[in-house]
Amino acid sequence: MNVRIKFQKTGPLRFISHLDVMRYFQKVIRRAGIDICFSEGFSPHMIMSFASPLGLGLTSEGEYVDIRVGSAPSSAEALERLNEVMAEGMKVLSFRRLPDSSKNAMSIVAAADYQVRFREGREPAEDWEERLADFSGQPEIRILKETKKGRQEVDIRPWIYDCRVLDGVIHMQVSAGSVHNLKPELLMQSFGAWAGIQIPASALQIHRLELYADQGTEEEHRLIPLEELGEDIGE
Amino acid sequence: MRTLMLSDEILMSVEKPARYIGGEVNAVMKDKEQVDIRFAMCFPDVYEIGMSHLGIQILYDMFNRREDIWCERVYSPWADMDQVLREQKIPLFALESQDPLKDFDFLGITIQYEMCYTNILQILDLSQIPLEAEQRTREHPFVIGGGPCAYNPEPLAEFFDLFYIGEGETQYFTLMDLYKKWKKSGAARADFLKQAAQVPGIYVPSLYDVTYQEDGRIAAMHPNCPEAPAKVIKQVVSDLADTFYPEKPVVPYLKATQDRVVLEIQRGCIRGCRFCQAGMLYRPTRERDLGMLKDYARRMLDNTGYEEISLSSLSSSDYSKLGELVTFLMEECGPKKINISLPSLRIDAFSLEVMSRVQDVKKSSLTFAPEAGSQRLRDVINKGLTEEVILNGAGQAFEGGWSRVKLYFMLGLPTEEEEDMKDIARLAETIAERYYEVPKEQRRGKCQIVVSTSFFVPKPFTPFQWARMCTREEFLHRAYVVNHEIKEQKNRKSIKYNWHEADVTVLEGILARGDRRIGPAIRSAYEKGCLFDSWSECFKNELWMEAFSECGVDVDFYTTRERALDETFPWDFIDIGVSRRFLEREWARAAEGVVTKNCRQECSGCGASVFGGGVCHERQD
Repeated sequence: MNVRIKFQKTGPLRFISHLDVMRYFQKVIRRAGIDICFSEGFSPHMIMSFASPLGLGLTSEGEYVDIRVGSAPSSAEALERLNEVMAEGMKVLSFRRLPDSSKNAMSIVAAADYQVRFREGREPAEDWEERLADFSGQPEIRILKETKKGRQEVDIRPWIYDCRVLDGVIHMQVSAGSVHNLKPELLMQSFGAWAGIQIPASALQIHRLELYADQGTEEEHRLIPLEELGEDIGE
Repeated sequence: MRTLMLSDEILMSVEKPARYIGGEVNAVMKDKEQVDIRFAMCFPDVYEIGMSHLGIQILYDMFNRREDIWCERVYSPWADMDQVLREQKIPLFALESQDPLKDFDFLGITIQYEMCYTNILQILDLSQIPLEAEQRTREHPFVIGGGPCAYNPEPLAEFFDLFYIGEGETQYFTLMDLYKKWKKSGAARADFLKQAAQVPGIYVPSLYDVTYQEDGRIAAMHPNCPEAPAKVIKQVVSDLADTFYPEKPVVPYLKATQDRVVLEIQRGCIRGCRFCQAGMLYRPTRERDLGMLKDYARRMLDNTGYEEISLSSLSSSDYSKLGELVTFLMEECGPKKINISLPSLRIDAFSLEVMSRVQDVKKSSLTFAPEAGSQRLRDVINKGLTEEVILNGAGQAFEGGWSRVKLYFMLGLPTEEEEDMKDIARLAETIAERYYEVPKEQRRGKCQIVVSTSFFVPKPFTPFQWARMCTREEFLHRAYVVNHEIKEQKNRKSIKYNWHEADVTVLEGILARGDRRIGPAIRSAYEKGCLFDSWSECFKNELWMEAFSECGVDVDFYTTRERALDETFPWDFIDIGVSRRFLEREWARAAEGVVTKNCRQECSGCGASVFGGGVCHERQD
C-alpha cells in the first residue's frame, strides 16, 4: 500500500538540507514503528520518495513524501505516532492511503504556492508593490535562465499562475516540478532586474504553502493539492 | 520555539548551517531559570566529528539526569564561521539554548588528541573567555579538561582551571555539589579551586609549582598549598554494569562520522601492547553486562531510529560474551533491516562467519594490525600476533571469498632496524602469495593489499615513555625503505602502500610529552593562525616551528631525547594505578624482546588491581 505524508518544516529546521531531511525521515519512520517496505538486495533501503526538494533556508507547510508500507495504522494513529517522535519544527499534517494506480508525488508535482516576505529592514525603499503587479501582468517575461544546457532565454510568464501582494506579503502560485520549475527567488530576481530595484536573495524570506498536481490541460489548469489524491485511513 | 543566536543571513553564508542550530532529536532542553548549574560540554573539533564521540553522549546524559544541572554542547566553528564570529564579535554559544558560553558555570573540554590544542584556544577566544586561567574572574566559567590527553595536561596547564583525571561517571557530581555551595557563598574563585583540588581525580594546575634543572629537565613538582594533593589518582568506574549510559543519544541531522548507535561493550584492554597508551590508561579491563547491553541496544535503536549499530571497545574479540551478543544482535536487527558494524575483530573462524553474515564479502576487507613487520619487533612491542595467525586468518578468509586486506604498521618503533622495515613488505607479499594459492575458480580476480604505516609517537604512561622518537627525516627514510621494498616484491601490483605525514607526527610528539614550557608556543601558534591541525589541509607546520623557535622551545629536547630511567616526567604527579615500576620492567623486557602475557593468561602485577574491579578480580579458572 502506498501512503502520502504531508508535513511542515519550520523554525530552525529551515537550515536542514534536503538530503538531511531524507535521512531524518528514515529515522522518524523507524522511531514511530511504521511498517515500511524495503527494496531487495544486499543493502535494502526504504521505499520512500519526496515530492520536491525545498531549498536551504526556506520554510514550508506543504511538503510531501510518499512511502510504501506493508500495513498501516489509521491516519489518526499514524499522525500521533509520527508527531510523538518529531523534532521541533517538523510536523506531520496528513497520512493518507493512495489509490494503487496513483503515480508518485515527484512525477506529478505541477505547481506550488509560496509566500514571500522581505526580512525586517530589508524592504526596498521604492514603491515596489504596484510595480510587481505591472511586472507580472505583462504578456511576456523573457529572462536568461541557467539550465543544464547553459544559459537560455525563456518566457517565464506562462509559469506564473498568480502573483499578488496582500498586507506586504507576496502570494504567488507558480509552475513547479520536473517540467517547468519556477523558483520564487528567480521570479523576484527577474522582477528586481526589470524594475531596477536591488533584491538580494538574502533579503527574502520564503515560505512554501502547498504543492499541486494538475488534472487539467495546458490551457486550463485544474490544480489539486497532492494530499487530496489520497484518502484518510479509518480506525 | 527556540530562537537562534545567528541571523539567517549569517547561517545562509556558511557551509552546513545545521552545525550551529542545535535542536536535534533527543537534545535536552531545560528552563535556565530552574537550574543551578549550566555546563557546556565541548569537543574541540567540527560538529560531525564531535557528535560522533561516545564519551560526551555519556556525560551529557549523566548531567542532564540531574534537575539542577543543564548540560549543553558546543563544537569548533569551522573556518568560515570562525571568521564571521570574529568580525562581528559574536560570542560563541551552546547549541541547545544558543546562549553565550561565557555566561555558563562550567566549560568542559574533552581532549582526545594532541592536534586539537589550538582548537581549544579558539573555543576560549571566540567565547570571549580569557585564554589564561589566572586572568579569569568570578564572572567567567570554570574551564575543565578531561579525556586521554588530560593524562599529560601540562602543555595546556595555563589555559585550564581544572583537569579531571579519569572516567567522568565517578566524581563529577561531587564537584558539582561543591560548586553549588561555593556559588552561594560568594567566596573567591581561588577558594573553589582549593576545594576542588581535594576531590579525588581533580587536578588544579595553578596549585602546583614546577622547578627545572639547568639542562632543562624537571627538578621537581610540588603543591603550593596544603589543599592540593601530591598525587592525583585516576578515577575509574569499578562496575560497568551499574553506571550511566545514554538510552536516548542525541541524533544529529548532519551525517556524523559515527552515524549509528554505539554500544560500548568493555573498557580497557588485557593485551598490554607497549606502545599503546589507551591500553595502560584504561586498566583494569572491565566488561559490561550482557543483559545490560542487550537491553540498551534495543532501547537505543528504538529511541534514535538509526539503521546501524556498532560495538565499541579496544580489542573487542576479548569480550568474553561476544558470540552471544552478536547472535542476539543478528536476530534482533535482521528483520528490521538494521546493519551491524563490527569493530576490527581478530580474524578467525568465528569472526569470519559473523562477518560473512553481516557484511557484503565482495565489498568488505579484512583488517590486521601487526604493527611491526618482523616477529622480533612484534615481541619488542608485545603485540602477540604471529605471522602464522595472520596467514591462517587470511587463508580462511580468501577461501571464504574475501580478496581485500588492510594491514596497519608503525614505523620508528624502538630497536627498529632496516630488516624490520623490509619485513613489512615481505609480510604483505606472503599474504598475497597465500591468496594465489586459492584455486583460480574459487577466488575473485586479483587480491588487493593495502599497507598503511603511521609513525610511532612515545606516549606518557606507556613502557615506551622513555623512548627516543625519530626525526622527521628518519621517519621519511623508513617509509622510503618500505616503499622501495614493496616495489621489489613479486606481487607488487597487488600491494598498495600509504604512509602518514611526518611533520604532524613530530608535533604530536612534542605535545604528547611536553611540559608547562610548551604552553606559550601553543598560544603563539594559535595566534599565528594554526587551527584544525588534525586536518591535513589546515595544518601549517612552518607556523608551528616558528612559534617553537620564538618561544625558545627545543623540539629535539622533547622528541629525540631518550629519557633516563630516573627522569621526572611532567605527568608523574598522576597515579593511574599502573605503577612506574611495572612500566620500567616492561621497558626492560622490550629491550630484551621478551613477551608479557595478557591479563587473562597471567597477572603481570601492573598495579591496576587497586581499583578493585575488572579482570584483576575475575576468578582465574
